[in-house]
Amino acid sequence: MESGARHSRDHYLPRPALVLQSRPMTESDRFFEVRLECKEDLGHMPGQFVMVSIPGVGEAPISVSSSPTKKGSFEMIVRRMGNVTQAMHRLQPGDGIGVRGPFGAWFPVDGELKGRDIFFACGGLGLVPLRSAVNYVLDNRGDYGALQLYYGTKCPSDRLCVEELDRWRDRGDVSCEETVDKADENWSGNVGVITSLMTGLRVEPDRSAALLCGPPVMFKFVVGALRRAGMKDDHIWLSLERHMKCGVGKCGHCQMSNLYVCQDGAVFRFSDVEDIPEALQ
Amino acid sequence: MILKKVTRGELHEWVDEVIAARRTYGVQSKSDQFAFAPLKRASDLRLDYDVTILPPKTFFQPQWEDLITYRGDEGYQSVIEAEPFVLLGVHPYDLVAVSQMDEIFSQSKPDIRYLSRRESATLVAVDVQSPSRHTFAGYMGTSSVDRGYDILLTRMGDEYLVDIATERGREIMGRLERLRDAAESWLDQRMMVWEHNQGALRAHQLRADPSTWPDLLEKSYDHPVWEEKARLCFSCGSCTLVCPTCYCFDIREDVGWDLETRRRYRVWDGCMLQDFARVAGGLNFRKDAAARYRHRYYRKGKYVPEKLDGQIACVGCGRCIQACVANIADPVEVFNRLAEGA
Repeated sequence: MESGARHSRDHYLPRPALVLQSRPMTESDRFFEVRLECKEDLGHMPGQFVMVSIPGVGEAPISVSSSPTKKGSFEMIVRRMGNVTQAMHRLQPGDGIGVRGPFGAWFPVDGELKGRDIFFACGGLGLVPLRSAVNYVLDNRGDYGALQLYYGTKCPSDRLCVEELDRWRDRGDVSCEETVDKADENWSGNVGVITSLMTGLRVEPDRSAALLCGPPVMFKFVVGALRRAGMKDDHIWLSLERHMKCGVGKCGHCQMSNLYVCQDGAVFRFSDVEDIPEALQ
Repeated sequence: MILKKVTRGELHEWVDEVIAARRTYGVQSKSDQFAFAPLKRASDLRLDYDVTILPPKTFFQPQWEDLITYRGDEGYQSVIEAEPFVLLGVHPYDLVAVSQMDEIFSQSKPDIRYLSRRESATLVAVDVQSPSRHTFAGYMGTSSVDRGYDILLTRMGDEYLVDIATERGREIMGRLERLRDAAESWLDQRMMVWEHNQGALRAHQLRADPSTWPDLLEKSYDHPVWEEKARLCFSCGSCTLVCPTCYCFDIREDVGWDLETRRRYRVWDGCMLQDFARVAGGLNFRKDAAARYRHRYYRKGKYVPEKLDGQIACVGCGRCIQACVANIADPVEVFNRLAEGA
């Protein structure tokens, strides 16, 4: 065996990074701004993820939430779920973490989506990766057509990026509609599932596209609503969740039929995965 | 290619010479089975074994392998351990599996640890002398190989034909160099051994030619066999542990006894285990045993072949059949069954 181990790089070695900001966003979600110690940009695209290392605890796949148009640092919004994310919630500005990546495919904001009207549909944490695409598109606003965001959460206290949503609304060139499954006394907005926002959907099949991220159950209904309005299957992109461990297409944990979500996704074109048995179930 | 003809005694003298000069592992008996283990003397080497408990993958992707360490003062450091060694007694079907793993770990993002260990290895193969009771390598085209080894030993009566195929093989040939060359006609005799083995390594009768496996699977996603077999499955993962072409792993983290050094390591994992496809928050994308059972067969017969130019990720060693406590892991039974309905 004479292949080039000598020339291969260690894909498991994290890059050291520094926490610049760490603040709570909801009861269980926290916002982080992070800078690589080498001070280079992360070099990601919207929809990609990184593996975040907390020494002594482990590593977890985390979506990058900021747009690559933001230079010098990047952002993540992390829900407390397992060991690593719990440890992340204790991070303070000045703390060090490790970062591998970015990994995976991205929403084609730099290609096919140009010139298109874009529908963003996200449920719960799904806003986190889509936020990267939204801000990328807004920072290059002239390259795209009409923009429409639908955001659904379980309850008002689960809403992420509340101030940013208001800033987007204030711009006037992107429509943002929200809904919650269950209202509280302060909520005056829409109540119902996300598709209840999409009743008057107007899609121009040739020039529209949709980006989706949310729990598996959401996809079926949102794709159904989009299709009924005329959206083409190959104009829909979605980000799928699996547990990536190696990030380099080897460990098998994120495998979905023949696809490795860490390499082939996590962003997929809907028409590429609708017939993949394990993809959407 | 250098061809030598040696007696058993001469072979032993050479093996002892190799042991004295290098870190050497060879097949030895382990109660009533066989295993690769550090070799102390040539007389312990069992070239007449049927199959080893674990395949040689343990030498290239160990069960536990450090990836990185972390210390506050020095940050993250790669751990890459690879020392030259000689592996004696690898069977042809296992060589086929190793060459598949070579491709997997070289593809797209090459795995520096696997490749370093692999490049440190000198592989001395041996043609099978005693077929195992579960082998079906004869059907899988893996009962003999003409590449993938540095040296190949083939027993012919009381003597061995030694085929030194690579530069790496020449480096350890030592005293063999002074022994008599084998006549070319011995290659014809070896061909007869290979032909014999192709028939002999057929303990389980496979009726579905491996080339048909991807197509069979293509139309068998909802076949009742997955549910029927999986109903008995303990999800213990034994079949994946002993499989020479299973390479899935988990990544874990530990704190050292100094309470300062943190190490991240990988361990073998298996898609038959219950939590393999579970994500944070508890959602399990393959929560039913049948889905896991089916996934394993699709990897062997379809997904990996799609990545490796059609090579089936099963070499017919029969280890899974032997290891399965529920007696449901026989690929021959499964593919014969799929072929029946076809």
